[in-house]
Amino acid sequence: MRIDVNVFLGAYPYRRVPGTSPEAVLRAMERVGIDEAWVTHLPGLFWQAPPEGNAWLYEATARERRFQPVPAVHPGLPGWEAVLAEARARGAPVVRCDPTYCGLDPAGAEMRGLAAACGAAGLPLLLAVRLEDARQRHPNDRAAEVPAAAVRALVRSDADVRLVVTHADRAFVEEVHFGSTPEEAARIWWDICWIWGPPEDHLKTLLHTVGVERFVFGTGQPLRIPENSVSKLDLLELAPQQRAAIESENARRGLLH
Amino acid sequence: MLIDVHAHFYHDRSPRADWRERNASRLAAGEQIGITIHVASILGSWGRASPTYFPSPADLPYGNDALLALAREHPNRVRGYVTVNPNYTTHALGEIVRCLGAGMIGIKLAASRRATDPLLDPICEIARERGVPVLQHVWQHRRRDWPGQEASDGAELCALAGRHPKVRFILGHIGGGGAWQHSLAALRAAPNVFVDLSGSGVDGGLLESCLAAVGVERLLWGSDITMDTGWAKLRYLTHLLSPDEVELVKWKTAVGVFPRGAFPSD
Repeated sequence: MRIDVNVFLGAYPYRRVPGTSPEAVLRAMERVGIDEAWVTHLPGLFWQAPPEGNAWLYEATARERRFQPVPAVHPGLPGWEAVLAEARARGAPVVRCDPTYCGLDPAGAEMRGLAAACGAAGLPLLLAVRLEDARQRHPNDRAAEVPAAAVRALVRSDADVRLVVTHADRAFVEEVHFGSTPEEAARIWWDICWIWGPPEDHLKTLLHTVGVERFVFGTGQPLRIPENSVSKLDLLELAPQQRAAIESENARRGLLH
Repeated sequence: MLIDVHAHFYHDRSPRADWRERNASRLAAGEQIGITIHVASILGSWGRASPTYFPSPADLPYGNDALLALAREHPNRVRGYVTVNPNYTTHALGEIVRCLGAGMIGIKLAASRRATDPLLDPICEIARERGVPVLQHVWQHRRRDWPGQEASDGAELCALAGRHPKVRFILGHIGGGGAWQHSLAALRAAPNVFVDLSGSGVDGGLLESCLAAVGVERLLWGSDITMDTGWAKLRYLTHLLSPDEVELVKWKTAVGVFPRGAFPSD
């Protein structure tokens, strides 16, 4: 069983990306052996009101059992609490907010309010540190990357909030993990898509220092080819239970309750 | 057979205490991926005694010698590019002659001098004479100068390649950062420039765009400092290409780019 917690559907505004339709993403999942994908409506992330993409997302995921919706919440917009409530009612495994694309302070009052509400609702909050390498972003794609300090602040802001952080590299993970109490760190899960394999062996190091239990399988597809996350696991010497933890069990046990 | 045209190793005078582990990790991962030959370079002291992209004449021979030693230690696994700094013409030419004579098979230009600069011409001329390729570190669409390097982009490399049409150039790490569409657009009209697929970038659409821009015949497989991304791109290519075309990217094209006898298949 392999659950990809970091998948997008729909067109990317800043460059042509093939394979963004639900059908194409399903084919990519079959190609690399992904059984379930937690999907975000990609165009909506760049809209004034990202939740306006959620209706399409719910329709798309209702048609395909292998998709689970990751609806967007914008805590700076009136009515966001209803968006969160709908996500919970529809069984979304997590909700997401990309604060810098919303023009929000990543650790400001709106985000802290969302973190508290997610904690109360029992819904993990997903944030992407970045979507693309900063060196290649479109000249008009100027939203800042989410800083590690913001993740530390958010996890401290509410005792019940659980965070899923995608597209973080080794330094980011270490800064947050070792800058948090063990209790705080235990409420953060990291997807592996941006963490380097050999010869730098960042993922191997993190699994040893931070712990296997903190990592979940994510690819960032179709913005990134999903073969990468599979390859970096294939290059590790993992016991079957460790691999299963990363590929599905950490998400199931830590996030789906 | 699988040839990695863009590999690196470290040595005891680099800043990294873990240099042996990194070298061992590359070789071990290479075994798993199926890499037959790592064609590698060492950029001077990797920043310890002189900047990585501006290696000093004092540091370059030590790095090149360390690589030659690795090639002797792993004669069936490791080949070398001789790394030079074009700002020191006499030293660079001497180092090229010395290291090619010792068995290296290409020239590595990092980012010590812009590719459009005439100081690169004597290096390209000796590459032509000796029949070896030039691997140029490239920042895809360099919109400004970045600290620590005098990087070149694809258009600048193509200008150099246009001045030296009989030299085979390798555009370094198309997935190594920057807007690769810019490089690919420049490469269409530069038949003597090959695209090295290495780099941490695994963008959806990258490989399709490479194929559309230069065709499968000008693609070379490589990893640079992230072997997982290299393997991922190779795996995806098997879904985009026929088996014969995959063999081109894996090794057959590289055999034609490097001098005859560089690899066991020759």
